[in-house]
Amino acid sequence: MPGTADQPSVQILLVEDSPDDADLMVEALRDSNLNLCITVAEDGEIAMNYLLRKGTYAAAPRPDLILLDLHLPRKNGHEVLAEIKQDAVLHRIPVIILTASDNEQAILTAYDLHANCCVSKPVDQDQFAQAVKKIEYFWLHVARRLRSLDNGREE
Amino acid sequence: MNPLNGGWPIEILLVEDNTDEAQLTMDVLKEGRIRNRVHWVEDGEEAMAFLRRQGRHAAAPRPDLILLDLKLPRLGGQEVLAEIKQSPLWKRIPVVIMTSSDDEKDILSAYDRHANCYVTKPIDIDKFMEAVRGIEEFWMTVVRLPAA
Repeated sequence: MPGTADQPSVQILLVEDSPDDADLMVEALRDSNLNLCITVAEDGEIAMNYLLRKGTYAAAPRPDLILLDLHLPRKNGHEVLAEIKQDAVLHRIPVIILTASDNEQAILTAYDLHANCCVSKPVDQDQFAQAVKKIEYFWLHVARRLRSLDNGREE
Repeated sequence: MNPLNGGWPIEILLVEDNTDEAQLTMDVLKEGRIRNRVHWVEDGEEAMAFLRRQGRHAAAPRPDLILLDLKLPRLGGQEVLAEIKQSPLWKRIPVVIMTSSDDEKDILSAYDRHANCYVTKPIDIDKFMEAVRGIEEFWMTVVRLPAA
């Protein structure tokens, strides 16, 4: 059942350069019973500007969850991940790494940079949609979400 | 999907001082689709001894996943978490915090110490089992665990 507008919204930042993959993920998240607000950033620079509320993103909400592709133009996924996890506030946001890569080293590096978890992007579209739904279920229903990222910290 | 389940069981370190909850967790994990082996220790010191392969843990495997309670005797869960995540040897091992605490401060401290995720244990037994099933389903079938 789709979420209703009177529920508090859950913010998801999708960092994905492939429009097809981004569409598929947005579509898969449409079945959520939460009031999801999904923002798509097409490259690593846009993602960081959004997260750091730079320029036109000054009023950007804090995401509750970030889905981050590793292969991105301008600033790659590992760099974005490292910047998020070194930031005094942003590091608390769960970051799910999505990768088509079978490169084990890329996955180990992501865990070393404190990715919350890594998920392979299945080539099959239905399986990919299923994986996205499982991410939504686990991170938004099983795992405990933070009420506010900024608690106890000055911005 | 997960290269780790090609015949090898996933090694899980369960750090839990409550016997009933540990038993319930192990029962749920045993029913899981992915073969796994649970190593249960009851306090934080014992968890560190397991990771360091000390004493009776000399032949302990490296865990692929750690389920860590926060309220533990001897050495608390937050301290265990900090030690794991500061160690170049162990920091990549995913640590799932499973705790009865719903206190926002505990959640923030756990994320500040780089917990991979935080799950509040429901008091109701059925809901508790559902949460463990949710962890099992996600971390063993969806996630790509680090290979080493």
